[in-house]
Amino acid sequence: MKEMLVILFSAILVDNFVLSKFMGICPFLGVSKKLDSAIGMSGAVTFVMVMATAMTYPIYKFLLVPNHLEYLNTMAFILVIALFVQLVEILLKRYMKGLYNSLGVYLPLITTNCAVLGVTLLNIENDYNFLQSLVNALGAGLGFTLALILFAGVRERVEAAEVPKAIKGVPITLIAASIVSMAFMGFGGMVEGIFG
Amino acid sequence: MSYWKTFSKGILKENPVLVMLLGTCPTLATTTLVSSALGMGAATTFVLICSNVVISLLKRVIPKEVRLPCFIVVIAGFVTFVSFILQSYLPDLYDSLGIFLSLIVVNCIILGRAEMFASKNNVAASALDGLGMGVGFTLALFIMSSVREILGCGSWLGFSFGNWYEPMIFFITPAGGFFVFGTVIAVVGILTKKRPKKEFGCENCPSKDACAQKGGC
Repeated sequence: MKEMLVILFSAILVDNFVLSKFMGICPFLGVSKKLDSAIGMSGAVTFVMVMATAMTYPIYKFLLVPNHLEYLNTMAFILVIALFVQLVEILLKRYMKGLYNSLGVYLPLITTNCAVLGVTLLNIENDYNFLQSLVNALGAGLGFTLALILFAGVRERVEAAEVPKAIKGVPITLIAASIVSMAFMGFGGMVEGIFG
Repeated sequence: MSYWKTFSKGILKENPVLVMLLGTCPTLATTTLVSSALGMGAATTFVLICSNVVISLLKRVIPKEVRLPCFIVVIAGFVTFVSFILQSYLPDLYDSLGIFLSLIVVNCIILGRAEMFASKNNVAASALDGLGMGVGFTLALFIMSSVREILGCGSWLGFSFGNWYEPMIFFITPAGGFFVFGTVIAVVGILTKKRPKKEFGCENCPSKDACAQKGGC
Protein backbone atom coordinates (compact mmCIF):
# COMPACT_ATOMS: atom_id res chain seq x y z
CA MET A 1 0.00 0.00 0.00
CA LYS A 2 2.76 2.41 1.02
CA GLU A 3 4.66 1.53 -2.13
CA MET A 4 1.58 2.34 -4.22
CA LEU A 5 1.19 5.72 -2.55
CA VAL A 6 4.84 6.53 -3.24
CA ILE A 7 4.42 5.66 -6.92
CA LEU A 8 1.18 7.65 -7.15
CA PHE A 9 2.44 10.82 -5.50
CA SER A 10 5.85 10.66 -7.17
CA ALA A 11 4.12 10.56 -10.54
CA ILE A 12 1.82 13.47 -9.63
CA LEU A 13 4.26 15.83 -7.93
CA VAL A 14 7.94 14.94 -8.13
CA ASP A 15 8.22 13.38 -11.57
CA ASN A 16 5.40 15.39 -13.05
CA PHE A 17 5.10 14.27 -16.65
CA VAL A 18 4.74 17.73 -18.11
CA LEU A 19 6.90 19.88 -15.88
CA SER A 20 9.83 17.61 -15.15
CA LYS A 21 9.75 14.87 -17.79
CA PHE A 22 8.76 17.10 -20.72
CA MET A 23 6.07 14.85 -22.11
CA GLY A 24 2.86 16.22 -23.53
CA ILE A 25 4.14 19.78 -23.89
CA CYS A 26 2.02 20.46 -26.98
CA PRO A 27 -1.37 20.01 -25.27
CA PHE A 28 0.02 21.66 -22.13
CA LEU A 29 0.75 24.85 -24.05
CA GLY A 30 -1.99 24.54 -26.64
CA VAL A 31 -5.06 23.70 -24.59
CA SER A 32 -4.33 25.62 -21.37
CA LYS A 33 -5.84 28.89 -22.55
CA LYS A 34 -9.26 28.19 -21.15
CA LEU A 35 -10.05 26.28 -17.97
CA ASP A 36 -12.95 24.35 -19.59
CA SER A 37 -10.83 22.93 -22.36
CA ALA A 38 -7.97 22.24 -19.93
CA ILE A 39 -10.29 20.08 -17.80
CA GLY A 40 -11.73 18.29 -20.84
CA MET A 41 -8.32 17.53 -22.29
CA SER A 42 -6.81 16.30 -19.05
CA GLY A 43 -9.83 14.09 -18.33
CA ALA A 44 -9.49 12.48 -21.72
CA VAL A 45 -5.70 12.04 -21.32
CA THR A 46 -6.01 10.45 -17.86
CA PHE A 47 -8.65 8.01 -19.11
CA VAL A 48 -6.62 7.00 -22.18
CA MET A 49 -3.42 6.65 -20.11
CA VAL A 50 -4.98 4.20 -17.65
CA MET A 51 -6.78 2.21 -20.34
CA ALA A 52 -3.73 2.12 -22.60
CA THR A 53 -1.64 0.78 -19.73
CA ALA A 54 -4.28 -1.83 -18.93
CA MET A 55 -4.07 -3.05 -22.53
CA THR A 56 -0.39 -2.71 -23.39
CA TYR A 57 0.92 -4.39 -20.24
CA PRO A 58 -0.71 -7.81 -20.93
CA ILE A 59 0.27 -7.54 -24.60
CA TYR A 60 3.90 -7.04 -23.61
CA LYS A 61 3.97 -9.75 -20.91
CA PHE A 62 1.92 -12.44 -22.63
CA LEU A 63 2.51 -11.80 -26.31
CA LEU A 64 5.83 -10.05 -26.91
CA VAL A 65 8.00 -11.54 -24.13
CA PRO A 66 7.15 -15.24 -24.75
CA ASN A 67 7.92 -14.74 -28.46
CA HIS A 68 11.11 -12.73 -27.81
CA LEU A 69 9.72 -9.73 -29.63
CA GLU A 70 10.36 -7.15 -26.89
CA TYR A 71 11.94 -4.80 -29.40
CA LEU A 72 8.58 -4.38 -31.13
CA ASN A 73 7.07 -2.71 -28.06
CA THR A 74 7.06 0.83 -29.48
CA MET A 75 5.30 -0.27 -32.63
CA ALA A 76 2.79 -2.50 -30.86
CA PHE A 77 1.96 0.10 -28.20
CA ILE A 78 1.41 2.99 -30.57
CA LEU A 79 -0.88 0.85 -32.73
CA VAL A 80 -2.90 -0.24 -29.70
CA ILE A 81 -3.19 3.36 -28.52
CA ALA A 82 -4.23 4.62 -31.95
CA LEU A 83 -6.85 1.88 -32.34
CA PHE A 84 -8.14 2.34 -28.80
CA VAL A 85 -8.54 6.09 -29.21
CA GLN A 86 -10.44 5.53 -32.45
CA LEU A 87 -12.69 2.98 -30.77
CA VAL A 88 -13.46 5.22 -27.80
CA GLU A 89 -14.31 8.02 -30.17
CA ILE A 90 -16.78 5.87 -32.09
CA LEU A 91 -18.38 4.46 -28.92
CA LEU A 92 -18.75 7.86 -27.27
CA LYS A 93 -20.24 9.34 -30.41
CA ARG A 94 -22.79 6.52 -30.62
CA TYR A 95 -23.80 6.07 -26.98
CA MET A 96 -22.74 9.06 -24.87
CA LYS A 97 -23.36 12.21 -26.81
CA GLY A 98 -22.86 14.54 -23.84
CA LEU A 99 -19.50 13.12 -22.88
CA TYR A 100 -18.50 13.07 -26.53
CA ASN A 101 -19.15 16.78 -26.89
CA SER A 102 -16.99 17.63 -23.90
CA LEU A 103 -14.14 15.11 -24.36
CA GLY A 104 -14.46 13.89 -27.92
CA VAL A 105 -12.79 16.82 -29.63
CA TYR A 106 -9.56 16.13 -27.78
CA LEU A 107 -9.38 12.43 -28.60
CA PRO A 108 -7.71 12.67 -32.02
CA LEU A 109 -4.98 14.81 -30.45
CA ILE A 110 -4.23 12.16 -27.85
CA THR A 111 -2.79 9.57 -30.26
CA THR A 112 0.18 11.84 -30.90
CA ASN A 113 0.51 12.91 -27.26
CA CYS A 114 3.86 11.53 -26.21
CA ALA A 115 2.80 11.34 -22.55
CA VAL A 116 0.45 8.41 -23.35
CA LEU A 117 3.04 6.36 -25.23
CA GLY A 118 5.62 7.52 -22.69
CA VAL A 119 3.78 6.18 -19.66
CA THR A 120 3.23 2.75 -21.23
CA LEU A 121 6.92 2.48 -22.16
CA LEU A 122 8.12 3.74 -18.78
CA ASN A 123 6.02 1.13 -16.96
CA ILE A 124 7.86 -1.59 -18.87
CA GLU A 125 11.24 0.09 -18.40
CA ASN A 126 10.75 0.42 -14.62
CA ASP A 127 9.70 -3.23 -14.33
CA TYR A 128 6.44 -2.40 -12.59
CA ASN A 129 3.88 -5.15 -12.07
CA PHE A 130 0.35 -4.77 -13.43
CA LEU A 131 -1.10 -2.94 -10.42
CA GLN A 132 1.91 -0.66 -10.05
CA SER A 133 1.67 0.18 -13.75
CA LEU A 134 -1.98 1.16 -13.40
CA VAL A 135 -1.21 3.32 -10.36
CA ASN A 136 1.68 4.97 -12.18
CA ALA A 137 -0.55 5.69 -15.19
CA LEU A 138 -3.23 7.16 -12.93
CA GLY A 139 -0.63 9.32 -11.19
CA ALA A 140 0.78 10.48 -14.52
CA GLY A 141 -2.72 11.45 -15.66
CA LEU A 142 -3.51 13.28 -12.43
CA GLY A 143 -0.15 15.05 -12.61
CA PHE A 144 -0.95 16.15 -16.15
CA THR A 145 -4.34 17.37 -14.94
CA LEU A 146 -2.82 19.31 -12.05
CA ALA A 147 -0.20 20.96 -14.25
CA LEU A 148 -2.73 21.88 -16.93
CA ILE A 149 -5.28 23.35 -14.52
CA LEU A 150 -2.69 25.32 -12.54
CA PHE A 151 -1.17 26.62 -15.73
CA ALA A 152 -4.57 27.63 -17.14
CA GLY A 153 -4.94 29.86 -14.09
CA VAL A 154 -1.47 31.35 -14.55
CA ARG A 155 -2.13 32.04 -18.21
CA GLU A 156 -5.28 34.02 -17.52
CA ARG A 157 -3.16 36.41 -15.47
CA VAL A 158 -0.41 36.50 -18.11
CA GLU A 159 -2.94 37.40 -20.82
CA ALA A 160 -4.04 40.40 -18.83
CA ALA A 161 -0.53 41.58 -17.97
CA GLU A 162 1.42 44.23 -19.84
CA VAL A 163 4.55 42.52 -21.24
CA PRO A 164 7.31 43.88 -23.53
CA LYS A 165 6.48 43.48 -27.20
CA ALA A 166 9.43 41.19 -27.92
CA ILE A 167 8.29 38.48 -25.53
CA LYS A 168 4.54 38.77 -26.12
CA GLY A 169 2.73 35.56 -26.96
CA VAL A 170 4.71 32.33 -27.03
CA PRO A 171 7.90 33.48 -25.23
CA ILE A 172 6.09 34.81 -22.15
CA THR A 173 3.97 31.64 -22.04
CA LEU A 174 7.15 29.54 -21.93
CA ILE A 175 8.73 31.74 -19.27
CA ALA A 176 5.56 31.41 -17.17
CA ALA A 177 5.80 27.63 -17.63
CA SER A 178 9.39 27.84 -16.42
CA ILE A 179 8.27 29.48 -13.19
CA VAL A 180 5.51 26.89 -12.63
CA SER A 181 8.07 24.15 -13.25
CA MET A 182 10.40 25.77 -10.72
CA ALA A 183 7.60 25.65 -8.18
CA PHE A 184 7.22 21.91 -8.77
CA MET A 185 10.95 21.41 -8.16
CA GLY A 186 10.14 22.23 -4.54
CA PHE A 187 8.40 18.85 -4.23
CA GLY A 188 11.66 16.96 -4.86
CA GLY A 189 12.36 14.51 -2.06
CA MET A 190 9.10 15.32 -0.29
CA VAL A 191 7.27 12.09 -1.16
CA GLU A 192 10.05 9.88 0.15
CA GLY A 193 10.14 12.07 3.25
CA ILE A 194 6.46 11.45 4.03
CA PHE A 195 5.98 7.81 3.01
CA GLY A 196 9.52 6.49 3.09
CA MET B 1 8.71 24.94 -56.07
CA SER B 2 12.38 24.47 -56.93
CA TYR B 3 14.29 21.70 -55.24
CA TRP B 4 16.54 24.19 -53.46
CA LYS B 5 13.54 25.95 -51.93
CA THR B 6 12.01 22.62 -50.90
CA PHE B 7 15.19 21.89 -48.99
CA SER B 8 15.96 25.32 -47.55
CA LYS B 9 12.50 26.31 -46.30
CA GLY B 10 12.79 23.92 -43.36
CA ILE B 11 16.00 25.48 -42.11
CA LEU B 12 14.87 29.06 -41.53
CA LYS B 13 11.60 30.19 -43.05
CA GLU B 14 9.52 27.26 -41.81
CA ASN B 15 11.85 25.98 -39.09
CA PRO B 16 9.77 23.24 -37.46
CA VAL B 17 10.75 24.15 -33.90
CA LEU B 18 11.46 27.87 -33.80
CA VAL B 19 8.81 29.07 -36.25
CA MET B 20 6.14 26.35 -36.44
CA LEU B 21 6.49 25.36 -32.77
CA LEU B 22 6.34 21.61 -33.37
CA GLY B 23 8.32 18.90 -31.63
CA THR B 24 8.61 20.83 -28.39
CA CYS B 25 9.02 17.76 -26.16
CA PRO B 26 12.38 16.54 -27.53
CA THR B 27 13.51 20.15 -27.88
CA LEU B 28 13.16 20.61 -24.14
CA ALA B 29 14.08 17.14 -22.96
CA THR B 30 17.22 16.26 -24.90
CA THR B 31 19.04 19.61 -24.90
CA THR B 32 20.95 19.56 -21.62
CA LEU B 33 24.08 18.45 -23.53
CA VAL B 34 25.13 19.39 -27.06
CA SER B 35 26.15 15.79 -27.83
CA SER B 36 22.75 14.30 -26.99
CA ALA B 37 20.97 17.12 -28.85
CA LEU B 38 22.98 16.40 -32.00
CA GLY B 39 22.30 12.68 -31.62
CA MET B 40 18.57 13.33 -31.28
CA GLY B 41 18.67 15.64 -34.30
CA ALA B 42 20.48 13.07 -36.42
CA ALA B 43 18.16 10.22 -35.39
CA THR B 44 15.06 12.32 -36.09
CA THR B 45 16.44 13.50 -39.46
CA PHE B 46 17.09 9.90 -40.51
CA VAL B 47 13.57 8.80 -39.56
CA LEU B 48 12.10 11.88 -41.23
CA ILE B 49 13.86 11.28 -44.57
CA CYS B 50 13.09 7.54 -44.62
CA SER B 51 9.45 7.90 -43.63
CA ASN B 52 8.93 10.73 -46.13
CA VAL B 53 10.36 8.59 -48.94
CA VAL B 54 8.35 5.49 -48.06
CA ILE B 55 5.10 7.39 -47.55
CA SER B 56 5.61 9.25 -50.81
CA LEU B 57 6.09 5.90 -52.58
CA LEU B 58 2.98 4.45 -50.96
CA LYS B 59 0.76 7.50 -51.33
CA ARG B 60 -1.51 5.88 -53.91
CA VAL B 61 -1.79 2.62 -52.00
CA ILE B 62 -2.75 3.95 -48.55
CA PRO B 63 -6.52 4.52 -48.21
CA LYS B 64 -7.37 8.02 -47.08
CA GLU B 65 -9.48 6.96 -44.09
CA VAL B 66 -6.76 4.96 -42.33
CA ARG B 67 -3.78 7.01 -43.42
CA LEU B 68 -2.74 8.17 -39.94
CA PRO B 69 -2.32 4.64 -38.50
CA CYS B 70 -0.47 3.64 -41.68
CA PHE B 71 1.92 6.58 -41.38
CA ILE B 72 2.52 5.77 -37.71
CA VAL B 73 3.41 2.15 -38.52
CA VAL B 74 5.93 3.25 -41.15
CA ILE B 75 7.47 5.78 -38.74
CA ALA B 76 7.55 3.28 -35.86
CA GLY B 77 9.38 0.80 -38.08
CA PHE B 78 12.18 3.25 -38.79
CA VAL B 79 12.37 4.34 -35.15
CA THR B 80 12.85 0.72 -34.09
CA PHE B 81 15.57 0.39 -36.72
CA VAL B 82 17.38 3.52 -35.49
CA SER B 83 17.23 2.41 -31.87
CA PHE B 84 18.81 -0.94 -32.85
CA ILE B 85 21.67 0.86 -34.60
CA LEU B 86 22.28 3.25 -31.69
CA GLN B 87 22.03 0.49 -29.10
CA SER B 88 24.79 -1.52 -30.75
CA TYR B 89 27.13 1.19 -32.08
CA LEU B 90 26.57 4.23 -29.81
CA PRO B 91 25.39 2.81 -26.45
CA ASP B 92 26.24 6.03 -24.55
CA LEU B 93 24.01 8.11 -26.79
CA TYR B 94 21.32 5.41 -26.58
CA ASP B 95 21.35 5.67 -22.77
CA SER B 96 21.35 9.46 -22.68
CA LEU B 97 18.37 9.75 -25.05
CA GLY B 98 16.50 7.06 -23.14
CA ILE B 99 12.78 6.94 -23.73
CA PHE B 100 12.83 9.95 -26.04
CA LEU B 101 14.37 7.77 -28.73
CA SER B 102 11.18 5.68 -28.82
CA LEU B 103 9.07 8.81 -28.58
CA ILE B 104 10.34 9.97 -32.00
CA VAL B 105 7.31 7.96 -33.18
CA VAL B 106 4.94 10.60 -31.84
CA ASN B 107 7.08 13.60 -32.81
CA CYS B 108 4.52 15.78 -34.57
CA ILE B 109 7.12 17.10 -37.04
CA ILE B 110 7.38 13.67 -38.68
CA LEU B 111 3.66 12.97 -38.81
CA GLY B 112 3.06 16.55 -39.92
CA ARG B 113 5.48 16.29 -42.87
CA ALA B 114 3.99 12.92 -43.85
CA GLU B 115 0.50 14.39 -43.85
CA MET B 116 1.27 17.76 -45.38
CA PHE B 117 4.12 17.04 -47.78
CA ALA B 118 5.09 13.43 -48.47
CA SER B 119 1.54 12.23 -49.14
CA LYS B 120 1.17 14.87 -51.88
CA ASN B 121 4.61 15.10 -53.51
CA ASN B 122 7.06 12.92 -55.43
CA VAL B 123 9.87 10.92 -53.88
CA ALA B 124 12.78 13.28 -54.57
CA ALA B 125 10.97 16.34 -53.26
CA SER B 126 9.83 14.42 -50.16
CA ALA B 127 13.37 13.29 -49.40
CA LEU B 128 14.67 16.86 -49.71
CA ASP B 129 11.83 18.19 -47.59
CA GLY B 130 12.65 15.62 -44.91
CA LEU B 131 16.34 16.54 -45.05
CA GLY B 132 15.61 20.28 -44.79
CA MET B 133 13.18 19.87 -41.90
CA GLY B 134 15.60 17.53 -40.16
CA VAL B 135 18.47 19.99 -40.51
CA GLY B 136 16.21 22.78 -39.20
CA PHE B 137 15.21 20.64 -36.22
CA THR B 138 18.85 19.75 -35.51
CA LEU B 139 19.86 23.42 -35.78
CA ALA B 140 17.22 24.45 -33.24
CA LEU B 141 18.31 21.69 -30.86
CA PHE B 142 21.94 22.71 -31.34
CA ILE B 143 21.23 26.34 -30.41
CA MET B 144 19.16 25.36 -27.37
CA SER B 145 21.70 22.84 -26.12
CA SER B 146 24.66 25.19 -26.65
CA VAL B 147 23.04 27.84 -24.46
CA ARG B 148 22.09 25.31 -21.81
CA GLU B 149 25.38 23.43 -21.71
CA ILE B 150 27.55 26.57 -21.70
CA LEU B 151 25.57 28.29 -18.94
CA GLY B 152 24.48 25.22 -17.00
CA CYS B 153 27.54 22.93 -17.16
CA GLY B 154 30.39 25.33 -17.99
CA SER B 155 31.38 23.26 -21.01
CA TRP B 156 30.62 22.94 -24.71
CA LEU B 157 30.40 19.59 -26.52
CA GLY B 158 32.18 18.11 -23.52
CA PHE B 159 35.09 20.62 -23.48
CA SER B 160 35.20 22.16 -20.02
CA PHE B 161 35.96 25.86 -19.56
CA GLY B 162 37.99 25.28 -16.42
CA ASN B 163 37.35 26.25 -12.84
CA TRP B 164 36.99 30.03 -13.15
CA TYR B 165 33.40 29.67 -14.29
CA GLU B 166 30.76 28.63 -11.77
CA PRO B 167 27.98 26.83 -13.73
CA MET B 168 24.41 27.92 -13.13
CA ILE B 169 22.60 24.64 -12.46
CA PHE B 170 19.25 26.32 -13.19
CA PHE B 171 19.86 26.04 -16.94
CA ILE B 172 20.01 22.26 -16.96
CA THR B 173 16.87 21.84 -14.83
CA PRO B 174 13.48 21.46 -16.55
CA ALA B 175 12.59 25.01 -15.51
CA GLY B 176 15.72 26.30 -17.25
CA GLY B 177 14.69 24.41 -20.40
CA PHE B 178 11.38 26.28 -20.62
CA PHE B 179 13.16 29.57 -19.93
CA VAL B 180 15.84 29.10 -22.61
CA PHE B 181 13.24 27.96 -25.15
CA GLY B 182 11.12 31.07 -24.52
CA THR B 183 14.17 33.32 -24.84
CA VAL B 184 15.41 31.65 -28.04
CA ILE B 185 11.98 32.04 -29.67
CA ALA B 186 11.88 35.71 -28.64
CA VAL B 187 15.38 36.32 -30.09
CA VAL B 188 14.49 34.55 -33.35
CA GLY B 189 11.38 36.74 -33.54
CA ILE B 190 13.47 39.89 -33.15
CA LEU B 191 16.16 38.78 -35.63
CA THR B 192 13.68 37.82 -38.33
CA LYS B 193 11.76 41.02 -37.62
CA LYS B 194 8.59 39.02 -37.61
CA ARG B 195 6.18 39.35 -34.77
CA PRO B 196 6.54 36.20 -32.68
CA LYS B 197 3.69 33.85 -33.29
CA LYS B 198 0.88 34.81 -31.00
CA GLU B 199 -0.25 31.40 -29.89
CA PHE B 200 0.46 27.73 -30.15
CA GLY B 201 -1.96 27.43 -33.04
CA CYS B 202 -3.54 24.55 -34.85
CA GLU B 203 -2.57 25.36 -38.43
CA ASN B 204 0.55 23.18 -38.36
CA CYS B 205 -0.86 20.37 -36.25
CA PRO B 206 -1.03 17.00 -38.02
CA SER B 207 -4.35 16.24 -36.31
CA LYS B 208 -5.87 19.49 -37.56
CA ASP B 209 -8.33 17.91 -39.98
CA ALA B 210 -9.58 15.45 -37.41
CA CYS B 211 -10.36 18.21 -34.91
CA ALA B 212 -11.69 20.70 -37.39
CA GLN B 213 -14.49 18.34 -38.34
CA LYS B 214 -15.76 18.55 -34.79
CA GLY B 215 -15.24 22.26 -34.33
CA GLY B 216 -12.43 21.76 -31.86
CA CYS B 217 -9.23 23.81 -31.82
